[in-house]
Formats: sequence, structure tokens, C-alpha cells
Amino acid sequence: MTTTEAPATRKLAYVSAINEALAQLMRSDPNIFIAGEDVGLYGSVFGVTRGLMKEFGENRVVDTPIAESGIMGLGLGAAATGLRPVIDIMFMDFIGVCMDEVVNQIAKMKYMFGGKATLPITIHTMAGGGMAMAAQHSQSLEAWFCHVPGLKVVMPSGPYEAKGLMIAAVRDDNPVIVVNTKTLLGMQAEVPEDMYEIPLGKAHVVRPGSNFTIIATGRMVGESLKAAEELAADGLDVEVIDPRTLQPFDTETCVASVRKTHRALIAHEAVRFGGIGAEIAAQIQEEAFDFLDMPVGRVGAPFAPVPFSPVLEKQYIPDAARVVAEVRRLLGRA
Amino acid sequence: MDISNDTLLDLHHRMVRIRLFEEEAGKLQESGKVPGALHLYVGEEAVAAGVMSHLSAEDQITSTHRGHGHLVAKGGDLRKMYAELYGRSTGYCKGKGGSMHISDLDLGMLGANGIVGAGPPIAIGAAFSNKYRGTDRVTICFFGDGASNEGTFHEAANMAALFKLPVVFVCENNGFGEFTSQARHQAIKDVADRAAGYGMPGIITDGMDVLAVYEAAGEAIARARRGAGPSLLECKTYRFFDHVGVRGMGVVYREDAEVLEWRKRDPITLFESRLEEMGLLTTEAAAQVRERILFEIREAIAFAEASPFPAEGALMEDIYTVRGAAR
Repeated sequence: MTTTEAPATRKLAYVSAINEALAQLMRSDPNIFIAGEDVGLYGSVFGVTRGLMKEFGENRVVDTPIAESGIMGLGLGAAATGLRPVIDIMFMDFIGVCMDEVVNQIAKMKYMFGGKATLPITIHTMAGGGMAMAAQHSQSLEAWFCHVPGLKVVMPSGPYEAKGLMIAAVRDDNPVIVVNTKTLLGMQAEVPEDMYEIPLGKAHVVRPGSNFTIIATGRMVGESLKAAEELAADGLDVEVIDPRTLQPFDTETCVASVRKTHRALIAHEAVRFGGIGAEIAAQIQEEAFDFLDMPVGRVGAPFAPVPFSPVLEKQYIPDAARVVAEVRRLLGRA
Repeated sequence: MDISNDTLLDLHHRMVRIRLFEEEAGKLQESGKVPGALHLYVGEEAVAAGVMSHLSAEDQITSTHRGHGHLVAKGGDLRKMYAELYGRSTGYCKGKGGSMHISDLDLGMLGANGIVGAGPPIAIGAAFSNKYRGTDRVTICFFGDGASNEGTFHEAANMAALFKLPVVFVCENNGFGEFTSQARHQAIKDVADRAAGYGMPGIITDGMDVLAVYEAAGEAIARARRGAGPSLLECKTYRFFDHVGVRGMGVVYREDAEVLEWRKRDPITLFESRLEEMGLLTTEAAAQVRERILFEIREAIAFAEASPFPAEGALMEDIYTVRGAAR
């Protein structure tokens, strides 16, 4: 189903793919270090840095106090003076604590300094709900950062993407936010053992199709593939596109698909209002208005904080069934 | 204190260079030639000069919105500085940063900053970098009494002490956070008191006496260089001008009498008297120093005024590093 840039050899979990990418990166470049809350001795609350402190020592895998502004600023100062930091922000929600460092400092330093600063900093964080973690540990806030010139944003949808995008992000000479998804941590897929990069800013056609396009991010890629299978019964041949990188965004691949299929829907887990789907829909209508047979659809979370109770959370988080229902509604077949 | 005559005269030169740079910048803004907001450093020259005298271009500093003085004292090129204030393509930041983001990474000047309290976390990152690579470089974090109330200062100070980073937090306590006096923005008089809460030395020094600053900064910097960890050095100083611009008196938030009292302890006048007593400077020699610096300044302003504005395409350049272009 997936077309890969490197030969696949064995199955690996999403969490292990991230871990392997970090370990290989650190072996390959002594200027790379990781800093964050509980990333060292504990191996991160999600397990993504497990074993790294043992291999690379506490100078390169740095347990920090719970102080997001301090950690993020430390990353910036280190990047501006020649190191290549990976800053771990445990839950994406916590980026709210260090927004100044991310948005006013990291994103803008290069421009404000007339291009002289080079900031090879990677911010790694975990997004998404579905684990009954409530409103401050479950958000998908990627759209915030796509709105800020100077930042790049990637959102891996599976283990293969998690490794390849992490390696590309860390090797990139710009600030890149890697938005991984908690509920995908156990997902298994074929992942090459060697290091490989997934090019930033390049979308991937996960499932080719001829008469409907679904552009999905992160966890919603897998959900949209399930939806595509179900919609086949309706006579729809759905193309599923994973942008992989949200900033810079690969408009070209998405628009080319819509010109072929004439119908499009964007699916993400984040709140629908003002989500990245709104931008993608706008770009599609700007670039392919005459090709559209229907309004561009969007599936996202309702305009509410993420609820705690599993019953409410299930109502909240978009899934394959929601994608199927919205496609049918748009086509007047609901 | 062991200090050579050359160093003494260099301290004087640095202070006068800052003063004249700032006074001329203020005039240029008043006349409408320089756009935007200028936060001038007049009155606080002894701090920048006394600290920077111990640093090389390899050592880094983080600055504040009141950053011109730091860059001048670190050896900044006045032509590129004025050109930046004028928004010209030949400026330090190609006209994209202006006064509040003036920087010179080659001199270790990690930028003036438009956000109060943004410097401390960046400074500990540079210090982390120095330690990581096993160098003896130090990082100086300049910040004000106002910034000492920001959470970023707390986070950075704690991490600096915890990791024993080679950084010196230099508080330029000028008595005001923007237009609010220290008594109205914090319940303590000495920001240095806070050092104890982080497990680092807190030192108070007279920020109008360049030799006092020089001596105290020297000790804190030496301590950082030998790996003994950070210090908090509070320099009691005063902002002669307003938060923004040149006006200093007739304002609602402070008494003119207070300004006049502080002006009696003008750091440059104080130091010139001292140098005269030591037989190192005459009134004529001091005038010559001013004349030479003014010549440099006039030449720099002419350079700025003759420089082109950024070309149209510059707007969309320098946002991202293109692969292969950097290290």
C-alpha cells in the first residue's frame, strides 16, 4: 500500500522508530543533543528516548527541570552557537508555556538578524487525544505553528514517517516541529534499518484513487484509509494523500489530485475551525476552482476542549466513521 | 585592583562611545530620520563598559530592548549600527531588525530583544553550548529589574545553577520597568537577593562606577570561566532618558529632582574626575576623545544615509536557511 523511499526490512513500532532515528542521529553527529523533561534516566514518559542516556551520557541526553521556557530558550541559544539540539516538549499542550521562545524568538531570529543566524533546532512533541487525558494533555495544535513564518511543521502518520521525518527534521538547518501522535506509538509497520530522510515539504499519495481525494494528517491518515475501503462500496475510488509536512505545504500534489478527482475532503484530529484543513481547502479552491464538483469538505474535532470522559471523548475525536459520514453527506448520499 | 592604564582609558573610551552614539541616535529620531522606537542606554554606560572589558568576541552576550550600548561596548561597527537604525540594507540586520533586534553573531552578540525577559533562556543555551564543547567561553545575560519579574529569568537562573553553566546574569537595575518604578513592581530592593534562591552568589555593585563594575564583573566572569558556575551581579544604575526616546524629565512616573540627583553621579563625569586625579586624562584629552568618536559617528551616519533601502525581493529572503547554504 505504501510506496517507500528506502527498502523496508522489518516491522517496527512507531515509538521504536522515533527512538531509532534519535539514536542513529546522535551516533552520526556529536553536535546533536536532546534536552527535555524526563528524557534521560526515565527515557521519556512515552519511551521515545529509552536507552539514549545509557549510550550517549547525561551531557547529551539532558534531564531538565520542568521549565519549558528555559528548555526552549536553551535550545535556541545552543543552536545559535553551533549545536543541533532536539528539544522534547512532553505534551504538545505544554508548548503554551514557551510560546514566546518558539514564536517570537526561534521562528524570527534568522529574519530579524538579516539572515545571519542558523538555527538547526528540532522540537519534538506528542499530540492527540484518545487516552482520557482531558483538555490539557490531548490537543493537536499544529495549525498554530503553521501560521508562523520561520517554522517548519511535520506530522508523521506511521512508523516509517516517524523515523524518516525525524531524521530530515534534525538534519534540516531550520527550526522544525515534529508533531507525533500518542495513540500511534504502538503502531507497527515496515521501517528500514538504515538512516533515511523523508523530504520535507513533499506530500505522499498513500492510496491512489480516481474520483475522490482525502487529504489527511497524522492519525487521520490511517482512519482515512479505512474510510476509503468502506467508501469503495459506494463506488468511490478514493485517493488518500498524507502531506507529511504541513509547513511548507505541498499544495501542488494536493491540487493535482483534485484536478483529477474533482472532489476533496480534508481530515485532521485538530479542532475544525481554523485548523490546517481550512488553509488547504482555501488553496484548493484558489488553484482548482473550475475542477471542483462539490464544496471542499472538512472533518475535524468540534469547537470544544478535549473532554475527559471516554464517552464524551469518543464523540469528540474524529475517526473513519466520521470521514465516511461526511463524504456521504457531501455527496448527498447520507 | 590590578588594572592597566590602557584598560582604564579603554573603559573611558567605551563609555563615551556609547554616550555619543546614543545621543546622536536620539537626535536622529527626534528629527524623524530614524523610524520606530529607540530605547536609549544613556546613564547606564558603566555597566556595559565594565563588563565587556573582560570579554573577547568568542564570549557571548544576550541583550535587551535597550541594546545599543551592549553592542557598542562589544566592539560593534557604528556604520552597520546606524544603517540598521535607518532601516538600510547595509545595516547589521539588512534593515530587517532595527533597534530592538540589533545583533552581531560574529562578535557573540546574540541580539537585542523586543521581549522583556527573553534573554536569560537564550543565554543559558549559549553557555550550555560553551560547556558542551569544553571551551572556557562565558555568556553574559544582561537584563533589567523589570525582567527579573519574568518567569523566564527564574527558569534560566535555576537551570544555570543546576547545570553549573558558565553564565553571568548582569542585572541593570535602572529603577524602572518601562514607566513603573521598582518600588511599584517588586517588593524587594535588591534583585541580587534572588540569587540565594537559586544557589548562586548575588553581588551588588555601583552601576555608576565603572571600576566597581569592572572589578565585580571580573570576579564573576572568572568564576564562570573556571567552571564554578553562574553568578548574579546587580548593578545599581539609572536611565537618564525616558523608556523610549530622549525625554527624561517632566514625566509622570518620576520626579525631576530624582533625575538630577542621579545625573550628579553621571558615570562618565565620575570616571573622568577619577582619571584626572590619577593623572591619566586632562580636560583637553577628554575633549579629543570625544572629537575622535564624533568623527567616527558622523562618518557612520553619512554611510547610513548614503546606503540603499532593502531591495523589494529582500522581504521574502532570510526566513529559512536553504540547505547547503549554512554549516
